[in-house]
Amino acid sequence: MDHRPQAWGRPRDDVYGAYDGSYLNNSGPRTVTQSPVVTGTSVIAIKFKDGIVMAADNLASYGSLARFTDVKRLRTFLGTTVIGFGGDVSDMQFLDRHLEELAVDESYEAEPTIDEDDQEAKKASQLNAGNIYRYLQKLMYQRRNSFDPLWNHILVAGFDSASKPLLGSVDLRGTSFTSPSLATGFGAALAQPIMRKYAATEEDAAKLTREQAVGVIKECMKVLFYRDARSLDRYSIAIVTKDGIELKEDEQLEKQSWAFAERIKGYGTQTV
Amino acid sequence: MFRNNYDNDSVTFSPQGRIFQVEYAAEAVKQGSVVVGIASKTHAVLVAIKRNAEELSSYQKKLFQIDEHVGIAIAGLTSDARVLSNFMKQQCLGHRLTYSRNMPVRSLVDMIGSKAQINTQHYGKRPYGVGLLVAGVDDSGPHLFEFQPSGMTEEMVAFAIGARSQMARTYLERNLDKFKTSSREELIEHGLRALKESLVQDRELTVENTSIGVVGYVKGDKEGGEEKKKKVEPFQVFDGQDVQRYLELVADDKKDDKDGSGPQPATVADEGEQMEVDAY
Repeated sequence: MDHRPQAWGRPRDDVYGAYDGSYLNNSGPRTVTQSPVVTGTSVIAIKFKDGIVMAADNLASYGSLARFTDVKRLRTFLGTTVIGFGGDVSDMQFLDRHLEELAVDESYEAEPTIDEDDQEAKKASQLNAGNIYRYLQKLMYQRRNSFDPLWNHILVAGFDSASKPLLGSVDLRGTSFTSPSLATGFGAALAQPIMRKYAATEEDAAKLTREQAVGVIKECMKVLFYRDARSLDRYSIAIVTKDGIELKEDEQLEKQSWAFAERIKGYGTQTV
Repeated sequence: MFRNNYDNDSVTFSPQGRIFQVEYAAEAVKQGSVVVGIASKTHAVLVAIKRNAEELSSYQKKLFQIDEHVGIAIAGLTSDARVLSNFMKQQCLGHRLTYSRNMPVRSLVDMIGSKAQINTQHYGKRPYGVGLLVAGVDDSGPHLFEFQPSGMTEEMVAFAIGARSQMARTYLERNLDKFKTSSREELIEHGLRALKESLVQDRELTVENTSIGVVGYVKGDKEGGEEKKKKVEPFQVFDGQDVQRYLELVADDKKDDKDGSGPQPATVADEGEQMEVDAY
């Protein structure tokens, strides 16, 4: 009999062996969300004459399983900025909620001015795409520095404080840059070269019409569906201009032709 | 003798519902020399009278730049103002870093408002003994805010705080309608005139005792037919010889006010008098 009170009522060591506390050991780095689980694939975007077109398909994959087929990965902010998320979907939802909160706070703060009816001033004082781009960059970098990154690659489209179109990219390390055309994930390899054919420089992009830009994006989405095994033929497309955002969230890839597939050889069950 | 029993700390109400420590702090603001602020559609200006402790000493600064787009004028305890000013500088810098824009002046003023209010509700703390006029521009235009030790903040078209500031406020009220459309120079002129009103007899505005601070928008140049965003004229303080040309603008109107709305006798009689306190 063990007479020590702290041992009473506990499994006896001589019967069950010593208690193994190792799995209760919480020291060491936190390991939640240290790798993506449910993921979205590429986001692509291109600038044109008076705005930006962005697109992403509606798929959230669980590994190679096409798990959710109606996940909207383009989000709007204050009706002036579009944010596209590639990477982990739960982190995207976290960021979405976070940005929503930011938008609400911002709307309250920007409210009363001495010139109540000055709507233009009110709008100018709200966070624009340039502000959001910088904010996301700081947020992502802060998270990577605390070894708990948000596993996303984000595209931001809208207008900066000089009212110029802005298209920026932020990744899970906080790396950020702008470009006339941008793509995340597989799109960086598959869609970016196509978009560069049409808008290699800012000057080229400034010559593109809206129709041309939408055409390029649709062409890229098709190539991505053909060649990216984690993609879907249903996608969202957003067009940002000074007048606002046109967001269509249930587009179907048109005029698919899989004829080329017969000629692909070298893997799978083929023997020749 | 009667002694006030309800002014030992800032958390105790008097039976009349007053908090004396907060009222004393407001008195400290009235001890400071006068500062005037005015905002128009394009600019916000601050003007101030500087004081020297003695003939041989230099004049204490009254206007401070907080960030590119914000400046403050102080009346009261300079050392308390320093704490607030450092805090505001940090907030503006932090905002610029995370959002890459000028911090909205209202958010900035709200922050010092909350900070100051906390001091009036905690045992062992004391209110700041300083009042501020905060002038700045942000994406929604030029702004002027008043800040009081109680934590009260308010957006103003024009305002004056400090010793004998009632005279300056009377001038500002008389000319209220003109400010909105005033130019940069006119705004400074109005500020100096208001300042003059509150001077004691035989005192004058000189290059030594006058400070002027300006912040605003300059018209951006048109580029490719498209109107560019307005450019910020950073907050700038003018002292010494730099204020000479502005002083000359208001040098002649001592006696004859050209609007015919000459200085009127001060309406508030109790200013500068001993404040009334509960005695038990």
